[in-house]
Amino acid sequence: MKRIYVNEDWCLGCHLCEYNCAFANSGMPDMATALKDKPIYPRIHIEGNEKISYAVSCRHCTDPICIKSCIAGAISKEDGVVWINKEKCVGCLTCVLVCPYGALTPSESGIMQKCELCLQNSCGEPACVKGCPNRAIVYEERGEV
Amino acid sequence: MKQYVIIGNGVAAAGCIEGIRNVDKSSTIIVISEEKYPVYCRPLISYYLEKKTELNRMNYRSEDFYDKMNCEVIYGRKAEHIDSSSQKIILDDRTEVSYDSVCVATGSSPFVPPFDGLETVKNKFSFLTLDDSLALEAAVTKESRVLIVGAGLIGLKCAEGLRDRVASITVCDLSDHILSSILETDCAAIIQEHLESNGIRFMLGDTVIRFENNIAIMKSGSSVDFDVLVLAVGVRANTELVKEQNGEVNRGILINDRMETSLSDIYAAGDCTEGNDISIGTKRVLALLPNAYMQGHAAGVNMAGGNEVFDNAIPMNSIGFFGLHAMTAGSYNGEVFEEKEENRLKQFFVRDGYLIGFILIGDTERAGIYTSLIREKIPLDTINFELLKKVATSAAFSPETRRKKFGGVI
Repeated sequence: MKRIYVNEDWCLGCHLCEYNCAFANSGMPDMATALKDKPIYPRIHIEGNEKISYAVSCRHCTDPICIKSCIAGAISKEDGVVWINKEKCVGCLTCVLVCPYGALTPSESGIMQKCELCLQNSCGEPACVKGCPNRAIVYEERGEV
Repeated sequence: MKQYVIIGNGVAAAGCIEGIRNVDKSSTIIVISEEKYPVYCRPLISYYLEKKTELNRMNYRSEDFYDKMNCEVIYGRKAEHIDSSSQKIILDDRTEVSYDSVCVATGSSPFVPPFDGLETVKNKFSFLTLDDSLALEAAVTKESRVLIVGAGLIGLKCAEGLRDRVASITVCDLSDHILSSILETDCAAIIQEHLESNGIRFMLGDTVIRFENNIAIMKSGSSVDFDVLVLAVGVRANTELVKEQNGEVNRGILINDRMETSLSDIYAAGDCTEGNDISIGTKRVLALLPNAYMQGHAAGVNMAGGNEVFDNAIPMNSIGFFGLHAMTAGSYNGEVFEEKEENRLKQFFVRDGYLIGFILIGDTERAGIYTSLIREKIPLDTINFELLKKVATSAAFSPETRRKKFGGVI
């Protein structure tokens, strides 16, 4: 199962992944229409300080505590991808309370969102990885126990 | 082939079914469901009133869940007794269901104190089940004046759900502050103010001493006219089935980390139980959906001969009202560190070098990082706790920890 992995030694903290993510999931035909002059709601976030930076997105855990904790039964895992059924989510934030990585955030509407590996959107492969100028984010197989 | 029986059909039961099927794909599973619905998301009954969800979106699992899991569900029947000597369950229609192992997932029931004159009140409701929510929905109109007795999680979520459907809502509670089971006075005041600005009226430190039809006579001497009454004073774990077999019961059915009761082949999970709370180091009732699922899952695996422990339960709540979110976790019996600005508050509770609890109001981003410090018992001297008090971020961990978290298989 391929997953997203980050290498903080290579991350420049340029935030391009956030823009590529927000665009890939916007459903819009071009980036300017999707993002220009608007607050963006990416599913990947750069964290860090003056010394280091790194991108945080869903780890698609082997045993995801968000699924067990969701009060709306809205989160499930299929073919290795943890995804949110937006029809069912009520935005209670219980997933935020339990995710040890800080990988879930509310969308503009308040319904939760998280990285679903761009497998269902127009990009078809993780846009953060595709657009990372320094290969600090990769999408590869590292073996799952 | 074995026969597994689950008494109850809530989230703990769903966890139990999935736990059993992780280990045993073929033996019989029988679920005894007093409610006539497939497993639904009980905490969503207030969101239903608020029109944030609908009946067809409230199912906890997909429509074909029981088929896929190869389970038989007996709807509308109550388990009256367990006969542990003959390994049988006796239902309210006198039929008997035998078991090799059974999971008691009976949940809790509303606790209604003996108010004088309660029988004179026509429109009175509890707020624990989908049927309660549907009955309440049918009873209220835009003109209804609603009195809710109890300013806990259930009463206040009910108030939020009803606000746009009724004329007025008054909430009374004997405690001098709201949400007294999870918040101290100062934190509760912030949320109370927000609720008041959204039209909810409070009568705190006061309680009903007598009902006279549609009037509540209060201890303070005042009275409240109402059309609809909601009793949300508290809940009690449904422990009778185990208690009458002389199983160990306190406020809930006592379980160990494998969800075993003191009776052989009888497991228990969910709101009816009392299990270990690692934030205080003793047993207590943790009536929370995540715990119900995880307890149910562990019970199921163990019933089917596997080995799963659930040994890091803590109380934790994510609760929001009219857009203001609050989160609480663990216990508050420690040294307190506070970060406060306007409508945002963070309190951290530290004991013996470990985070044991927190309260967040307003700023709840990435709160799971804090929760993981409690559940995984991370020594605070191995991380940058000063940074964490200000902002929840993995930058507070060592580079090796981060490498594992974001560069490894989790």
